[in-house]
Amino acid sequence: MKNPDSRPRRPVSPLVWLVAGLALLVLLNLTKNPAFLRVTWHDGHLFGTPIDILTQGSRTMLLALGMTLVIATGGVDLSVGSVCAITGAVCALTLQHGQSLAVTLAAAIGVGAAAGLANGLLVARLGIQPIVATLILMVAGRGIAQLVTDGQVLIIKHAAFEFLATGFVLGAPFAPLAVGALYLVSHAALRRTAAGLFIEAVGDNETASRFAGLAAARVKVLAYVFCGICAGLTGVLIAANIGAADGNRAGENAELDAIFAVVVGGTALTGGRFTLLGSLLGALLIQTLTTTMYNLGVAPAVAPVPKALVIVGVSLLQSEKFRALVARAWRREGRSGA
Amino acid sequence: MSDEPLLQLRGITKRFLGVTALDGVDFTLRAGEIHALLGENGAGKSTLIKVLTGVHAPDAGTITLTGKRIAPASPKDAEQAGLSTVYQEVNLIPALSVAENIVLGRQPGRFGFVNWLAVRRHARKALARLEIDCDVDAELGSLSVALQQMVAIARALDLRAKLLILDEPTASLDEKEVAELFGIMCRLRADGLGIVFVTHFLDQVYAISDRLTVLRNGQLVGEFPTASLPRLALVGKMLGRDVSDESGRPASASTATKNAAATVLEARGLGRRGAVHPFDLTLRRGEVTGLAGLLGSGRTETARLLFGIDRADTGELYLHAQRAALPSPRNAVRLGLAFCSEDRKREGILPNLSVRENLIIALQAKRGGARSLARAEQEKLCAHYTAALRIKTADAETPIKNLSGGNQQKVLLARWLATQPELIILDEPTRGIDVGARAEIEALIAQLRADGLAVLFISSEIEEIVRTCSRVLVMRERRLAEEVSTADLTPGRLMQAMAGAHEES
Repeated sequence: MKNPDSRPRRPVSPLVWLVAGLALLVLLNLTKNPAFLRVTWHDGHLFGTPIDILTQGSRTMLLALGMTLVIATGGVDLSVGSVCAITGAVCALTLQHGQSLAVTLAAAIGVGAAAGLANGLLVARLGIQPIVATLILMVAGRGIAQLVTDGQVLIIKHAAFEFLATGFVLGAPFAPLAVGALYLVSHAALRRTAAGLFIEAVGDNETASRFAGLAAARVKVLAYVFCGICAGLTGVLIAANIGAADGNRAGENAELDAIFAVVVGGTALTGGRFTLLGSLLGALLIQTLTTTMYNLGVAPAVAPVPKALVIVGVSLLQSEKFRALVARAWRREGRSGA
Repeated sequence: MSDEPLLQLRGITKRFLGVTALDGVDFTLRAGEIHALLGENGAGKSTLIKVLTGVHAPDAGTITLTGKRIAPASPKDAEQAGLSTVYQEVNLIPALSVAENIVLGRQPGRFGFVNWLAVRRHARKALARLEIDCDVDAELGSLSVALQQMVAIARALDLRAKLLILDEPTASLDEKEVAELFGIMCRLRADGLGIVFVTHFLDQVYAISDRLTVLRNGQLVGEFPTASLPRLALVGKMLGRDVSDESGRPASASTATKNAAATVLEARGLGRRGAVHPFDLTLRRGEVTGLAGLLGSGRTETARLLFGIDRADTGELYLHAQRAALPSPRNAVRLGLAFCSEDRKREGILPNLSVRENLIIALQAKRGGARSLARAEQEKLCAHYTAALRIKTADAETPIKNLSGGNQQKVLLARWLATQPELIILDEPTRGIDVGARAEIEALIAQLRADGLAVLFISSEIEEIVRTCSRVLVMRERRLAEEVSTADLTPGRLMQAMAGAHEES
């Protein structure tokens, strides 16, 4: 069989669009504020808008890390925001009871893992649709967080705990460094072992994966557990950042930012191939977008609108049908114009 | 029975993108007749039904209903002309009530308001005609599949239909339910309706149909009164072989196997309700066992039981004479089994992953996630199998969906060979691939046998089975019916077994 056009046309990496979008945003900012990219040394550490973006963006980056794997299996986890609230509340409690930082972190990881396990079992073992399964914890989680804090906003006074979100190491912000390290470790763990391949296989064609001898259900459960752990640690960062555990507001709408970061990063919601670097850049884009709107003086209450527009745009660009539609309309336009 | 034709199709031709699905097919249905429409996969049965019901427009040919030319442009058109169809999958809405389903889309009432009293009355009347006893307010989904099927018929007949098309209505029914359905069909026949009955079950054809029409490869083979066509002749017509054809098997495959060969897998009384009747089966090293049978005879269901995809209700499996539990494909793979599914697209390929990843996935699954195959090793495996099976691909990193069907199939075979299985089950491995690749896959199977693998080879093509297998097990009506051994393995003998002819005449 000769197949002259079987030369694979390498698809344009979605990262190209991402980086272009980021560059565009930065340019927009530079026209308004020429000092946007300036980083200075202040009070013994780095200082400037880029450092701000990295520090504030580290939470979405961490959520997006876990979300990437869940989405790669063809699922989605809507409960991560609520899980953040629960872990924040649990951390506040353990610290108030005089427990060490290590115990507190262990508790956060444990709570996140338990939440992920619950989601994963609902999805993989009971076959409930991921949106429905995780919606349960998304709604119930807020209530659980309120139960833990007894309806109060718990103030956290613990220097080491707060350092996690606001501290500096050798002048560099700790949170983005730690999240970056987690990305590296996860990348190695997924690509050095076959775990990454298994996740992609299950997301690409679950039946075929199962027939090839993969424990597809277990792969899915583990992805949700990992996502839960990431959400738990994000809850730590949120509580440490504001020095309080707010069951109501902590991690509010965080799941949407995380999903957006993953999707714009090039991991399709239909599952299959995933890219951690894409998710990292996607989270960076969304934080830059948020900061930009803040800098441009867009009221926080209105801010979700432009964000939503970008999400719709990206989703449409990903849809083959939409692209075909646009192409057809374009051609028709050209004909009628001629 | 009147001889006045109710429906006449003449010279119906339908092409899809250059492929001729129907080539000048004639079909005649008389009033008060049950007419079976038969043919193997790809024969053109469903295309014919779709042309008839207005889903596809024919490229040529005429449809005449009670003397009038019709050209249904949509299923709704066809319904209004008096052609009613009940598809294999009940396509009603389970969450609605029986009455709602029966009137859906043509509710009595006006200005968007529905006259619910009339709806119920209407539904009761429609059910009474078929003498079905069922609560019209019951939720459809709460009824048995058989009852749902009958509600579908009631809905179809609601419109003063002259003609009813039943597309494999018995596929999911048990024997008692089939009998009930047949009762209704006889009643409708007595009312003067013409019924087109599509089925794979020959027993049912002989039990109820008056006439039958056989299609093969989009062409009309012929129309016959059911009573005058013996089973064997019918199967011959469906498969396109003459009954008298007793040509021997080619010498290449006639190497007899040693009977003493070690048993790899043995099934005792393995079965699953609604899928396969309990069967015994022994698969030995260095032996290619064929599994033959008409479509729907339970071949794939048998393979799925052996590979742990479906749970068996009864019976035991022994691997090397040791009792083995196969609760999942994963266990099967770890125990040295391999299964190449007939549904390459749904159950085989990981479309967006590369040839390399598709090739190593089963081996990697067998090793477990932690012990990753080194990239160099993966590439070595790829290079080896690409060369050995002559897989044509730009490179190992090409997504497998870009490969042709035959090459995809070879990658899937390589996926399983890489796990070094003791038993490989091949379900229609040559379906939908070109002749060259087909010959290569047959050669590969011979090689596997020489290497001492046990092979279970499932195929619809008699020639292929005779060429490839040392012995053949024949399935009929979801039952492992008989074994044809090496000595008398000829196409004719096999066909006889598939038809179950010797039991009757």
